[in-house]
Amino acid sequence: MAVIGILAVQGDFDAHSKAVGAVGERWKLVKKPSDLDGVSGLILPGGESTTFLKHLEEEGLAEPIRQFARTKPVFGTCAGAILLAETVENPAQPSLGLMQITVRRNAYGRQLSSSIRTLTAEPELSEIGPEAGTPMEAVLIRAPVITAAGAQVRTLARLQGDPALVRQGFLLAGTFHPELTTDTRVHRYFCQIAAQVGKSSSVSPAEHK
Amino acid sequence: MDEQLFRLKTGLAEMLKGGVIMDVTTAEQAKIAENAGAVAVMALERVPADIRKEGGVARMASIKVIRDIMKCVSIPVMAKVRIGHVAEAQILQALEVDYIDESEVLTPADEEHHINKHAFEVPFVCGARNLGEALRRIAEGAALIRTKGEAGSGNVVEAVRHIRAIVREIKTLAALPEEELMAESKKLGAPYELVRKVAREGHLPVPNFSAGGIATPADAALVMQLGAESVFVGSGIFKSTDPERRAKAIVKATTHYDDPAVLLEASEELGEAMRGLDIAQIDEKDLLQTRGW
Repeated sequence: MAVIGILAVQGDFDAHSKAVGAVGERWKLVKKPSDLDGVSGLILPGGESTTFLKHLEEEGLAEPIRQFARTKPVFGTCAGAILLAETVENPAQPSLGLMQITVRRNAYGRQLSSSIRTLTAEPELSEIGPEAGTPMEAVLIRAPVITAAGAQVRTLARLQGDPALVRQGFLLAGTFHPELTTDTRVHRYFCQIAAQVGKSSSVSPAEHK
Repeated sequence: MDEQLFRLKTGLAEMLKGGVIMDVTTAEQAKIAENAGAVAVMALERVPADIRKEGGVARMASIKVIRDIMKCVSIPVMAKVRIGHVAEAQILQALEVDYIDESEVLTPADEEHHINKHAFEVPFVCGARNLGEALRRIAEGAALIRTKGEAGSGNVVEAVRHIRAIVREIKTLAALPEEELMAESKKLGAPYELVRKVAREGHLPVPNFSAGGIATPADAALVMQLGAESVFVGSGIFKSTDPERRAKAIVKATTHYDDPAVLLEASEELGEAMRGLDIAQIDEKDLLQTRGW
């Protein structure tokens, strides 16, 4: 059975573990490289991206996560999406650079500009699970905005025209916090990707030749 | 709307979990804190150890200092107001700080009443020594609770006493039959509805952090092991001989609080910790934790 890893160096990993549990999947917390063993998909939670970067450097986690993302799905929310981005603005800072997106930190402003809004989502996301067809909430906490996306990036949900949840291959990045709602669709969607990738990678590399 | 606002307030606290919030008095210190991996900084006029030593009335930090700090870091900026000082809180909300700490470290402005925090859009954190106090503050609108400990003492004993009390009282509550909750609510001095909620869910309705006397990586790991979800470090960092290294070490210890090998690493070559005080040597009237109720 699949196990979803949740980066737990800091941030709302606790809320993510509950959200993964709510769609019936197993999970484990990831704090060091060896914790990635046996993990079929990785969630980079919300939190402070500058703090995440210090821990990734300190624990030597950046390279193992990059390697992981070559063959397995990764989902970043808020600070996690900032880590996945190729380019980070406001201020410029290093990242894992795994997705062709530009992310602007704290794009709406400080905490007083945090808000709950309604997403416009593609059917492949909005029509799954028991909540299919109902409106999707976006909880934005000092949230970033995806200001540019490359050709390989597909938008799954928008907020007033801006991409809010994007997918590139089996990588997923969102500017909002589905883990702070009771709506299970985004986590369900990610766990489905992890299950599909898990199945196809059980084919031995030789058969691909 | 109120329910949405509460979710946004506690939402930011969720983002701060597993992290260290550091007291700073200047923009330079804030930058050091951010570079060390702090999840947020707390702006104040003087660190608690200096307030304790120098005496006088401790107030909200100067606006210029808070503004400079907000400009120089990208992490959330919190600032302290005096207990019951509604106007200081209004000013900090107008300044758009990310969190307000209604703190016993500053000289109280009101000895009977805390701020009605529901009236604010900016979230508040408040100190507590036990479950009753935590629930009274939550009822007033606090979105985050921290232990009071004994600020500026460099002695973790009070923070330990307070986190243990809160965790134990929650467990006790969860084991009680429904019909005993009203009497328990009376005993705790806390609203019945909140008491019922805690009894049902087995945790506070807001995140639960620790503060007050944390001076070493081991101290941070200890309160995390006892159930704190993040730590506030005040005088412990900038009153030590090598603040940068100590800040980094406490950040590391907070994340890996249950891994002794990493704690050992974090505890090496730290320079001297702040001197610290025996709580028994502090005059009763000089205790900060007894401010507020």
